Amino acid sequence: MVTPMHHGALKRKDLFWLALVALMALVPAVSAITANSFLMHVLILILLFASMAQAWNIIGGYGGQTSFGHSVFFGIGAYGAGMAVVTYGLSPWPGIGVGMLAAATVAVLISYPCFKLSGHYFAIATFAVVEIFNRMFLVWYWVGGALGLDYPMVEEGFKNLMWYDSKTGYYYCALVLFVLIFGIVRFLEGHRFGYYLRAVREGQETAESLGVNSTAVKLTAMALSAALAGLCGAFFVQYNLRVDPGMVMSLDMSMKFVLVTILGGAGTLAGPLLGAAVLIPLQEYTRALWGGLGGGVDLIVFGVLIIVIVVKQPAGISGIVRDIAKRFRRPADAKGGTSVGTA
Amino acid sequence: MDTLLQVLLDGILNGMLYALVAVGLCLIWGVMDVINFAHGEYVMIAMYVTYWLGFLANVDPLISMFAGGLFIFILGALTYRLIIKYTIGKPPLSALLATFGLAMLLKNLCLNQFTPNFRILSDTWLGDKTFQLGALIVPLPQLVTAIVALVVVGLTYYMVRSTRFGWAVQATAMDKEAAELMGINTERIYLLVFGIGGATVGLAGGIMPTYLAVHPEVGTMFSLIAFICVAMGGFGSIPGALVAAILIGVVEALGGYYIAPVFKYVAVFGLYLAVVFLRPKGIFGW
Repeated sequence: MVTPMHHGALKRKDLFWLALVALMALVPAVSAITANSFLMHVLILILLFASMAQAWNIIGGYGGQTSFGHSVFFGIGAYGAGMAVVTYGLSPWPGIGVGMLAAATVAVLISYPCFKLSGHYFAIATFAVVEIFNRMFLVWYWVGGALGLDYPMVEEGFKNLMWYDSKTGYYYCALVLFVLIFGIVRFLEGHRFGYYLRAVREGQETAESLGVNSTAVKLTAMALSAALAGLCGAFFVQYNLRVDPGMVMSLDMSMKFVLVTILGGAGTLAGPLLGAAVLIPLQEYTRALWGGLGGGVDLIVFGVLIIVIVVKQPAGISGIVRDIAKRFRRPADAKGGTSVGTA
Repeated sequence: MDTLLQVLLDGILNGMLYALVAVGLCLIWGVMDVINFAHGEYVMIAMYVTYWLGFLANVDPLISMFAGGLFIFILGALTYRLIIKYTIGKPPLSALLATFGLAMLLKNLCLNQFTPNFRILSDTWLGDKTFQLGALIVPLPQLVTAIVALVVVGLTYYMVRSTRFGWAVQATAMDKEAAELMGINTERIYLLVFGIGGATVGLAGGIMPTYLAVHPEVGTMFSLIAFICVAMGGFGSIPGALVAAILIGVVEALGGYYIAPVFKYVAVFGLYLAVVFLRPKGIFGW
């Protein structure tokens, strides 16, 4: 379903997003929040996973190509930053650039043949790619092999993208990441390219008959999505100060890209944020509460939750929010209020 | 030369096991177009069933594998009733994500109850027995598993192709609404297909504790291998899955022996990519 939207113009919805970002920028000013380092950790992870899911959303949601291979691109970005710091003793910034470029290149090389496959065949091919990359990195001496890369102690600050005492620096970095990726997707929603992408998702043959080069559109979207996933990976490694293949290039990590987006609402701007805002606190707090009880209880709860959301509301959490909003809005409409959604 | 033959034999026997694991997934995928992500966890649970029957009641896996099959038949039917039923007709990923949640649930439930320890049965009938065939060493547990696999895959194929029930299954797979108009209870077909698919994988998991260790993570790799068996074989084709499984077993053994053990799965997944790039619907698909 392609919703009509005016090119670039600011709308009421955008004001909501700007207000939200302004509010989030003020969070570290509240000392009660910054003093609670677990809460800061959860907030940073929400911003990170929302950004990751939004990067996946470009090709997976708007483009309709369900990739389970994004942990590969995420991992390449992570290794880009990690190797710049650990192997070459540089600042992470050049590594981030190289990592994003490498992620986009690998994505195009993998996707070109994979896009010929349809449905489950495509999904399983992307699983296979993750397993292959995981095994290769495990035995690749140059990237640190199975031991991974451990960060040395260097001077903290934006130059090295590293902080030791407080999480405020990481929080602002995550917020910038979030604004950047959500901004790009918001721009694409109103841009010609975004229409092409959604048209290809809805019907590739129809789109092609109207002159859309569907292969070029999908490859461009995949490259952009992979580069942004790589950028998220670079932030992830800077935050954890270590990287190994199991941490970043695994099916579980790939599933997180997909789960957060789909449970939030795929192909919508708000979906990835909703998904991350619900799933990440649940994951972190169940782990803190029950993670120590002989293991597994947090993941049992998480598994049940996934089943319940998928079974009850296939449009995800944004579908649940829409249902609730509809219930509140209906009386106002009946009184002859302004009609919504006809911009 | 003898080494090559030995590696090939090990690969083929292992491939038979993969075929036994994959045939249930193949049936479910072919009839309902659903990827069951918890398939490997079914294997793991069936392994625990026979492990505990062997450990507590001293029943040999060769007998208790039928209990494993029955247990997973019920589990499969329950999965359909409680989860899969509600994902049919919804976006194609729904079933995959819901069963991923189920896999997470089952895996961690076992982790919680049985600890992550590796467990293996000792003193089973087949045990570590082997026999010599020319220069080849044939491991008896693997050989019996391969025979069970051939019988089960053959019976499943016969059931789908040549029985009244199988025709109803095929009709449901081709066109659900038309099948309903012909008086077929498609709801019951789906339930039974999920149950029978579960039973075959239950037999596979049931026989494994004779020679493989049980632990909560054992299923994950079986899920992936079963996915690529079925996809490589071609949409819902049982002979395709059998051929693909043996091919995978052989490539795994050759890659593991002649390149390096870590590369055996690289070789397997690389094989899948090579096959689907050449034949986007699998070997026997169209």
